[in-house]
Amino acid sequence: MTASATTDVEDRHKLAQQLAQRTRSNLLADRTLAIASGVTLLMVLLILTVILADVVRNGAPRLSWAFLTEAPRDGMTAGGIFPAIIGMVEMVLLMTLAGVPVGVATAIYLHEYASPVSKLTRSIRIAVANLAGVPSIVFGLFGLGFFVQFIGSGIDKTFFHGEKIYGQPALIWAALTMAILTLPVVIVATEEALRAVPRELREASLALGATKFQTVFNVVVPQASSGILTGTILAVSRGAGEVAPILFTGAAYFLPLLPKSLSSQFMTPSYHVYVLSTQSPDVDATKPILYATVLVLLILTFTLNVAAVIVRARMRRRAGKIA
Amino acid sequence: MTIATNGKPDPTPKLVVRGLTVFYGEKKAVGPVGLDIVGQHVTALIGPSGCGKSTFLRSLNRMNELIPGCRVEGEVRLDGDPIYGPGIDPVAIRRRIGMVFQRSNPFPKSIKENVAYGLRIGGIKDDREISSRVERALTQSALWEEVKDRLDESAMGLSGGQQQRLCIARALAVEPEVLLMDEPASALDPIATAHIEELINELSAEYTVVIVTHNMQQAARVADYTAFFYLGELVEFDRTDVLFTKPNDSRTEDYITGRFG
Repeated sequence: MTASATTDVEDRHKLAQQLAQRTRSNLLADRTLAIASGVTLLMVLLILTVILADVVRNGAPRLSWAFLTEAPRDGMTAGGIFPAIIGMVEMVLLMTLAGVPVGVATAIYLHEYASPVSKLTRSIRIAVANLAGVPSIVFGLFGLGFFVQFIGSGIDKTFFHGEKIYGQPALIWAALTMAILTLPVVIVATEEALRAVPRELREASLALGATKFQTVFNVVVPQASSGILTGTILAVSRGAGEVAPILFTGAAYFLPLLPKSLSSQFMTPSYHVYVLSTQSPDVDATKPILYATVLVLLILTFTLNVAAVIVRARMRRRAGKIA
Repeated sequence: MTIATNGKPDPTPKLVVRGLTVFYGEKKAVGPVGLDIVGQHVTALIGPSGCGKSTFLRSLNRMNELIPGCRVEGEVRLDGDPIYGPGIDPVAIRRRIGMVFQRSNPFPKSIKENVAYGLRIGGIKDDREISSRVERALTQSALWEEVKDRLDESAMGLSGGQQQRLCIARALAVEPEVLLMDEPASALDPIATAHIEELINELSAEYTVVIVTHNMQQAARVADYTAFFYLGELVEFDRTDVLFTKPNDSRTEDYITGRFG
């Protein structure tokens, strides 16, 4: 009796010691992991800071109201980037008009109407995922081959007796190419937003004798609208920064005038950066302009991303209120 | 199961259910169930969790078919009209058989627009008619006095009990013949629950109410008829006073005396 009691106590003591050791080694692992991830985070922040500091230090002095409102002059060694900003705005607007309705409609079909197990639905989903993974230069070449040479030349042959109007790189083709590039962003974001709509709301609507269509358009889509908007903003911010898709489909090297019609070529800040850094006649003279353009581009995309974050936060708050 | 009242058959039942069986995939969830639901009375469905009472309720206005993999067999008739069958539009059925859910689920719209929703999708455009119907529905659900000065405010600002009464008003606004209620008071405090129960009693003058409840006292308080479900089977169906005082089946007795569940 006494002997076994002693063993019991000894056993328990041993166990406590083991546990303490376990805890100590766990603590060590914890601390190591915390330090390692902290260092990695610091590195990322450092890289970002260096890039930003470099851009701001070299670009900010050149930035002025005139820079934003003047056309480039003297072989792009002076003047501003006004046509590029306007070109980007026009391209992005057209891209949104063309791409977002298609993307939203696709997402509504996929999430609300298509059977989740059908082969068609699955293949559409795979296609969307693959579309997101295609390198952007491939979109550029596709745009050149399909929009410019096939559709554009076709329009020229049919309506303009072969005169070259649409059969060359143009604002409309660049915007459509970019719309396809950003389609996956819109589809994925919209589907996500539709998924976040509580089942209870759909059921409430259906139980009142609403048809599926009425439920989707009166309850589900309004409830998902901020999510859809977030997707749109992210698509725009992606589109604003891309160069490759518009390289062959509509972006111009240099245009002192603003685009006049859908068949005009246009400048954008992203392509302008590429041109200034590779084709400049006078590197020293263009360098500050180059930096300032990069700064403007960064500010524009950063603003759009912040807007997306704000919209998403508001959506979450609203969703939280319903639950 | 039909209930003989003094040897005479019941007046024509509002809903007739025969051999109703609901499957989720290959698994049978409930059935076969056969019972008659008497018009302008309250019928309660009781039983332990997972016994199939909610599934049964949702199959009365064809809400189950929204769940992928759900299959319904058997027959339900509303005033003699079958509600399952080829060519029968579930949307038309749901206009006649409304539903209130366990968790209040108002739309993120104004109080007025919540109640008006069913009217608007039903094609009523005249704003005066909508306003008067909204007022009537809110009065019926005993919410009018509390919200009449803030009809344009968001429904999300109401308390839980008020939201549930708003959902009842929303269901009543389209003037259904039958109102299905799936544990409508289970998420509410005792005072709000009392409000809802009182409301159910008043509604039974005009509507046929079928209510699922976990709470046996609630069934005893509000229901004229009670059906006891156990393990996906309708065990017993009778007038509430009979079921609670002289149950026929030992499982019913065990449940209502608190021996399980």
